[in-house]
Amino acid sequence: MEAPVDCYLVLAAILFAIGALGVVLRRNVIVILMSVELMLNAVNVTFVALARKALAVDGQVIVFFVMTVAAAEVAIGLAIVLANFTQRRTVNADEIGLLRW
Amino acid sequence: MILFWVVAVLSVASALTVVLHGNPVYCALALVMALFQVALMFVALDAHLLALLQVIVYAGAIVVLFLFVIMLLSLEPDVPSPGRYGMRAAAITLTVVLGVEVGAAVLLSEPGSPDPPPLDFGSTRMVAERLFTAHALPFELTSVLLLMAMVGAVVMARRHT
Repeated sequence: MEAPVDCYLVLAAILFAIGALGVVLRRNVIVILMSVELMLNAVNVTFVALARKALAVDGQVIVFFVMTVAAAEVAIGLAIVLANFTQRRTVNADEIGLLRW
Repeated sequence: MILFWVVAVLSVASALTVVLHGNPVYCALALVMALFQVALMFVALDAHLLALLQVIVYAGAIVVLFLFVIMLLSLEPDVPSPGRYGMRAAAITLTVVLGVEVGAAVLLSEPGSPDPPPLDFGSTRMVAERLFTAHALPFELTSVLLLMAMVGAVVMARRHT
């Protein structure tokens, strides 16, 4: 028997919550970026599940764009982490207060 | 149904490992696991093209990028900073509330059983048709985004002389 689509929606919600937990809990910038990736993936699962439920393939097309944005975000984010590390020797989010008021 | 439970348990376990493990390298490896589970979900939801892209783009490219940066930085183990445990309790509470809220919203919606999909649902042809007709403009804008990201990453990561 195939699992109903709603199961995947609940699972995606759980994964999103875990990712959000990582973003607020961890102080390592790289792990925070990984948690953001988890959250984006959870949203992707939601899109695909709803595309399956509505039988509209547009939900899958949106996942393309989310993947693109995720790739761009990781590239820029890790470049910033690298540039910051060469100057301040830290990846701790608490110690990076450059743009903080 | 068995596939769903296997994927559910493995994905939640690996996601928790990403969030809770102290060593970033293990976090990245657990992230690969979680992304593979998401690819399996895509297969189960008739999104075969996306499952393929998920493995190639995420597990293949993004996690490798993470691992490269971790390797370049030569990090010490992540010790939780003292004096933030109130923040930590607040974070966990917030997350549990968020999870319960979203789960309840989904469960309270009408549980319609989906119709069986057409045979080529989620195939490359079907996705590409929508991508290049209805969503052609966002698709083209994506190229601008990627170009900007590429230039930005090079500028950011270059050593200032």
